[in-house]
Amino acid sequence: MTQVNRLQGGLISRDRTLNFTFDGRNYQGHPGDTLASALLANGVRLMGRSFKYHRPRGPLTAGSEEPNALVHLRSGARQEPNTRATVTELYDGLEARSQNAWPSLKFDALAVNDCLSNFLTAGFYYKTFMWPAIFWEKIYEPVIRRAAGLGEISFEDDPDVYDKGFLHCDLLIIGAGPAGLSAALTAGRAGARVILAEEDLRPGGRLLAETSPLSDQSGATWAERVRGELVAAGNVRFMPRTTVIGAFDHGIYGAVERVSDHLPQPEAGKPRQVLWRIYSKRAILAAGATERPIAFANNDRPGVMLAGAMRAYVNRWAATPAQDVALFTNNDDGHRTARDLIAKGVNLAAVVDVRPNAPKVDGAALFAGAEVIDSSGRLGLKSIRIRLRNGETRDISCGALAVSGGWNPNVHLTCHQRGRPAWDAGIAAFVPGDALPTGMAVAGAAKGDLSTAGALSGGAGAAVQALRTLGITAKPPDLPEAEDMAVSLKPFWHAKGTKRAWLDQQNDVTVKDVKLAHQENFISVEHLKRYTTLGMAIDQGKTSNVGALSVMAELTGKSIPETGTTIFRPPYTPVAMGTFAGRSVGKEFRPTRLTPSHKWAEERGAVFVEAGDWLRAQWFPKPGETHWRQSVDREVLATRGSVGICDVTTLGKIDVQGADAAEFLNKIYANGFVKLPVGKVRYGLMLREDGVAYDDGTAARLAEDHFVVTTTTVNAVLVYRNMEFARQCLWPDLDVQLASITEAWAQYAVAGPNSRKLLQKIVDPAFDISNDAFPFMACGEITVCDGLRARLFRISFSGELAYEIAVPTRYGDALMRRMAEVGAEFDVIPYGTEALGVMRIEKGHPAGNELNGTTTALNLGMGRMVSKKKDCIGNTLSEREGLNTEDALRLVGLRPVDPTNPVVAGSHLMAEGGPVDAAHDQGYITSAAYSPVLGHSIGLGFLKRGGARKGEILRAVNPLEGVEVAVEVVSAHFVDPEGEKLRV
Amino acid sequence: MSDLKPVTPLGGETARVDTIGGLTILENPDWALASLSARQDHDAEAAESAKDFLGFDLPEVGAMAVGDVFSAFWIGPRSWMVAASHDDHELLVAEMKIALKCAASVVEQTDGWCRFDVAGAAAFDLIERSCAASVRAMLAGQVVHTTIHHTGCFLIRDDGGWSVLGPRSSAGSLHHALVTAAHSVA
Repeated sequence: MTQVNRLQGGLISRDRTLNFTFDGRNYQGHPGDTLASALLANGVRLMGRSFKYHRPRGPLTAGSEEPNALVHLRSGARQEPNTRATVTELYDGLEARSQNAWPSLKFDALAVNDCLSNFLTAGFYYKTFMWPAIFWEKIYEPVIRRAAGLGEISFEDDPDVYDKGFLHCDLLIIGAGPAGLSAALTAGRAGARVILAEEDLRPGGRLLAETSPLSDQSGATWAERVRGELVAAGNVRFMPRTTVIGAFDHGIYGAVERVSDHLPQPEAGKPRQVLWRIYSKRAILAAGATERPIAFANNDRPGVMLAGAMRAYVNRWAATPAQDVALFTNNDDGHRTARDLIAKGVNLAAVVDVRPNAPKVDGAALFAGAEVIDSSGRLGLKSIRIRLRNGETRDISCGALAVSGGWNPNVHLTCHQRGRPAWDAGIAAFVPGDALPTGMAVAGAAKGDLSTAGALSGGAGAAVQALRTLGITAKPPDLPEAEDMAVSLKPFWHAKGTKRAWLDQQNDVTVKDVKLAHQENFISVEHLKRYTTLGMAIDQGKTSNVGALSVMAELTGKSIPETGTTIFRPPYTPVAMGTFAGRSVGKEFRPTRLTPSHKWAEERGAVFVEAGDWLRAQWFPKPGETHWRQSVDREVLATRGSVGICDVTTLGKIDVQGADAAEFLNKIYANGFVKLPVGKVRYGLMLREDGVAYDDGTAARLAEDHFVVTTTTVNAVLVYRNMEFARQCLWPDLDVQLASITEAWAQYAVAGPNSRKLLQKIVDPAFDISNDAFPFMACGEITVCDGLRARLFRISFSGELAYEIAVPTRYGDALMRRMAEVGAEFDVIPYGTEALGVMRIEKGHPAGNELNGTTTALNLGMGRMVSKKKDCIGNTLSEREGLNTEDALRLVGLRPVDPTNPVVAGSHLMAEGGPVDAAHDQGYITSAAYSPVLGHSIGLGFLKRGGARKGEILRAVNPLEGVEVAVEVVSAHFVDPEGEKLRV
Repeated sequence: MSDLKPVTPLGGETARVDTIGGLTILENPDWALASLSARQDHDAEAAESAKDFLGFDLPEVGAMAVGDVFSAFWIGPRSWMVAASHDDHELLVAEMKIALKCAASVVEQTDGWCRFDVAGAAAFDLIERSCAASVRAMLAGQVVHTTIHHTGCFLIRDDGGWSVLGPRSSAGSLHHALVTAAHSVA
């Protein structure tokens, strides 16, 4: 295939040929081409099928606003749907396929939809597929999704990596067209830190598509020279292939840099795209403008495109969509396209200008005061029908039609913080309103300055002004002379007719659809959008919104600004989901915290469980154990029989020091701490302000002015944060200093009747840890293993004689190995969180299931711990009447009447023989486990007047699972209720 | 002297070094750390005692000071982190408690943190991919508290490059984040 429509000139590198395929056919292009320009150069206008009617479509634009030329790019796992051919840089080996067509792009069976268009109007789905209801999910939706849609995803994992980054600057300039470049030049020379972001691969914007010179050089040459100066300056960061997608609070902008999209695949280790968060002190939006089409019957055929786009294809990419073209315009800018086409040797069949006084065009027939009213050509434009000023019609043969209805400033980012654009009647378009994001200024075509000279001076002026507010003096550079043509335009939105005229080509929304919306009273622009799907999806209505507003305005008799606009939201252009995810994917989705004994546990085949970000050993299977219960039962029995070790480093540890440390803890905990002696530990319960219990743990007093507080694993950060708040805001006069030391110390629970014997093998002889010298709830700073500093706490979660020993974390692995070694004579075993949980239920210790955000100290059986002799967080509201009723819930133990039955957590407690409903709910089971010690299931739960109901038989009912078990109310302390084991 | 063998935050017996292009990421466990927080109404006394001990004034907000033996950086209102060679000052807290008496609360932080030293021509780019700090505006001797891969970290700029102090238990994730970013920019 030769490049039949390739012209001379352009900004492509003809010294190299690139091979690519589209729908399996081989084509050739050159570096600098886009996929769309290369296909046009090869004579291919048909690039896709439309969303609903499966109409043949070709490119309407030459930029990121493209609604039609959407393709599947690449294949396999890298296949990306809905890729705009107009911004896809051509590379050797590029592989693209059309989408939304079957069996082929040229013969698409679902084009039958176009014949059924009278039935498929806006709102069709909502009205039609209502009955029977069950059909919607099973039949209607799958069928509609198959018939109407865009591309298909690969359903494979994305093999590419994505990155994120953070940038800071004095001035962010969005867009490197003439306004952006002159702003960057001004700010760069003033020494400001500048970021210049440009979605194209090279600077210049419309300068790359125009032939009018800047003084004695082409626009592209000037842009390249400016880029060279900026990059050499060092204080300007030029970011090509970077789209600013959103304007957020405090001068923060989001930007996507397409690092590798112009390559067959990213280099090893390199990201495909980078999501940048840019912190700017000031920003200049120089995003240019988007040309808008004029609607007329069958205006969507391949070959019909915007005049500025056709000019860009001809001038920049040296590609014409056809050898015979025509022009339909309502403004002088459209005539530039006519002149450039003629200059390139393309036959201009006609210039159709709606203005009766349209200027003449040398080399082409002018039809002033005329309109294009229809077109023909099944897979591509063959002719247009025009209505002359006198009402006569005429058909003109052409393979392409350039259409210009004027230009819309790209105001999107000015509206991302709810700003509304204002109507400028001079250019018949919305321009930025007054309520811009803080720190943002707008320059060039984005502001409505549609001439090159206006953009150049406007960009420089905006930079001077922005920098002045930062205390940086800047002066405008000497700018080249440039065209300064005034806008001459007659607003003209659509040619009247009875056939369908497309407004939104991406969503197949026609003038008739807007009329129907109006007829059915969906007049608000937001309703219009939802009813018709206008302005949705990939292009977000960049070429269609204003046209549709004009139709609605006509119907309602209002002006366009009175009709209003929909809200512009980020992102400005589509962003791959992977880009938002960045590096946070797979197991790196969030950070993982490893305990000091993790490696040791891994070596023993531990099964791990996530506890927040921590990975904790859940149990340690032994050879021959095929079920987790076998491992857990063994660990419980071995610990209660001799000794077990569990890594409890994950519990929060907070160092509390200061002269008022005890007084501070007195206020934090519900129970008292002032009188806790040095060398002792006390259990503590923390309440929320509303009196509900939220965390428990211990506080060990290492010195008069020094405590170590432990928290639950899950609440470590919350408790620390609350304590900091209390320290800084509630009681700033107290002398208290806090430090999180969770990570600094490896801490192990050593539990079981032989725990002391094991510890005596590692604790240095200078420290007596006998029962007399180091009794239950003692603590102290000791040394182990010949001089290593350590902390020892005689506390027990299991109900056994137990200790927790802590050493600096770097020695944690070695200490675990040493304890396993010296404990071998006691058959020491490691136990995981499951055994830990079983033993605490056996002992009746509440945990997260019981401190569930609804329970009070009273509910937990700790009502007396809430000291009345002092003030503390939560004690006042814990006395509310509603929390202290006679029938308040109390923590109880539950065992099945038939020991072979399970106790199921979550079951509700109902009276024997009574109804099973919420009104007769007696309470619920919070925790349950099989107790290998007792040989049956046990549970903890909350029961109304639970303290007075021991021995009562209730029904534990789980209606969801259809389970009901008779249970007896017993003490929550199944094992050693008197605590004798703890004190030996 | 205890015969328990320490491991690095990444779990190795020796510190890990990654060289990626011109970038080097060095796990650096050789620092003893202790936080110092002035007691209520003892600011001047704490500052004076600290100066006597450290040999230099406690640094200002966002700064690090470096002496022959010790270095210190600001970590919060009236609080600093003091660092010294681990081999020579493993009992740094004990030394400081003697020096500061009741003028300050001193807490052992040595193993609360992992430290990665980043050096190389693309180090700025790597740090820029890792955290929101305004890294190109940072001068040698400046410190910020920032977030890297969801974890709170101190970022220190010195003459030779950057140091990242992050929570020790997340050392693996933090290391992965830095290495991945290094591949992006190297």
